[in-house]
Amino acid sequence: MTAPLRIGFIPLVDAAALIVAVDKGFAAAEGLEVELVREVSWSNVRDKLNIGLFDAAHLLAPVAIASSLGLGHVKVPIAAPFNLGINGNAITVSPALHAALMAEIDGDRFDPMVTAKALAKVVAKRRKAGAEPLTFGMTFPFSTHNYQLRFWMAAAGVDPDEDVRLVVLPPPYMVDSLANGHVDAFCVGAPWNSVAVDLGIGHILHFVSDILVRAAEKVLAVRQVWADKNPDVVASLVRAAVKGAEFIEQPANLAEAARILAQPERIGVDAEVIQRTLTGRLKISPDGTFRESGRYLLVGREEAGRPDPVQAAWLYAQMVRWGQTALSPEGVKTAMSVFRPDLYDAALGRRPPEQAPAAFGAFAGPVFDPDNIRGHLEAFGVGRWKA
Amino acid sequence: MSAEQSPKIVIVDESPIRAAILEDGLREAGFTEVVHIREMQSLLARIYAVDPDIILIDLENPSRDVLEAMFQVSRAVKRPIAMFVDQSDSASIQASVEAGVSAYIVDGLKKERIKPILDLCVSRFNAFAKLQEELERTKSQLEDRKIIERAKGILMKVKGLNEDEAYVLLRSTAMREKKKIGEIAQSIITASEMLK
Repeated sequence: MTAPLRIGFIPLVDAAALIVAVDKGFAAAEGLEVELVREVSWSNVRDKLNIGLFDAAHLLAPVAIASSLGLGHVKVPIAAPFNLGINGNAITVSPALHAALMAEIDGDRFDPMVTAKALAKVVAKRRKAGAEPLTFGMTFPFSTHNYQLRFWMAAAGVDPDEDVRLVVLPPPYMVDSLANGHVDAFCVGAPWNSVAVDLGIGHILHFVSDILVRAAEKVLAVRQVWADKNPDVVASLVRAAVKGAEFIEQPANLAEAARILAQPERIGVDAEVIQRTLTGRLKISPDGTFRESGRYLLVGREEAGRPDPVQAAWLYAQMVRWGQTALSPEGVKTAMSVFRPDLYDAALGRRPPEQAPAAFGAFAGPVFDPDNIRGHLEAFGVGRWKA
Repeated sequence: MSAEQSPKIVIVDESPIRAAILEDGLREAGFTEVVHIREMQSLLARIYAVDPDIILIDLENPSRDVLEAMFQVSRAVKRPIAMFVDQSDSASIQASVEAGVSAYIVDGLKKERIKPILDLCVSRFNAFAKLQEELERTKSQLEDRKIIERAKGILMKVKGLNEDEAYVLLRSTAMREKKKIGEIAQSIITASEMLK
């Protein structure tokens, strides 16, 4: 048995594969002793991983990339041998904003282009009336939530830096902030959208899968040097996570998985709410309207666990688009090299699949090509990047 | 800011005791401009209002992520703030993360001015942690004492011992079983309740 591994996580449903891998004994079966450490901020997870207080971590995919690029913090190359979740976020709006959007809506209210256009009208009206700009909460500057909100609203010409306010809020504060009017909307992972709806203070406007059919969300992150030194441990960890993901994706196991995740020292919310997220059947409105999607959160199915470097390139492109970094060929390469399908395949002792992973399926813009990020950026009118 | 002026320091901490310990330390060291922010709502607005040179935040605080947003290009930012994380500072970062505190520094502030502040933070945070540990220990000792008193009473009644004999019996059993005296006392209480 190797020395105990310390793995940091944030209490969110997309840490499920990791938590189940440990609590159901899949990690122990691989000869790994793991101590899961619940954290309160992404900054903490990143810092503790970077300096070696954690061996591995449940991490926002863009933070792993930013860390490898040295953006916003010390440069520490990260390797992601397992993708903990695809999709899983949602955009929730206050009842007031929901009513304003629905008054302007012209078409299918689950079509993100339709809602983005409605948002543009609401924003214009508010400006005319001299009202404060709308405020949107998201979780971190380098977060999928930040990019997904921006991608959505900018498609209809709403400039996320000029026309609205985007603010960082810790996920556990999202619901309170919506309730007391500090934000008008937020984009966050499970279970917080459902919590807001259950309290009657929010409407889920979109599942992120409406905006991007397939978007890498959290990764299992390790330091690259650590991965190089401990290839066997990395392989064991990947196998344990794969087993955790497979367990969760079995419908017969859902209730048990939800119970494990609901424990106070894990995610610490009601098992029923967690189960809703895992099945993708969510209450979207306080009046009890439900909406179901097979793509709400993918934990292991559809090859969700295998890191896809093209996803990393897309996230990098968003960092460039919003002025967090300058476009460079080395930058793209570094970003893509964070996602390690090779480590994933090696751990499972299999050859790379013949078929390329499914694409993003973004609702706006051309098909994303990692070899042509400039083309991706030029396709959009709104952005902060400089040629 | 001239070299003579004390840098403006903001402490973001929901624990008033720890913040006071840190604030005292900073003042003793000659840093007179210290502001404690306890309320996490509209944190950035409060920080911008103070316009500090240095921000200290405890790592138990989820609002750390809010501070990270200050480094991003945004029209809300009044002036650039960079974190105290030069590649060469890894020892300082390690020490501060382990102590449970993080520092954010306004770009341009000289490194030699920051080092003593961070060192002070680390030592005060560690001192606070130790204080808390001691408090916990005292609490559990008090708790133990109550349990031992009750166990002694049971032994005296059931076995007809006097107080000293009851204590000696507890202690020798604990030593023989390599357990804490409080644990033995607790099992006597549990057993006697079951046998009631």
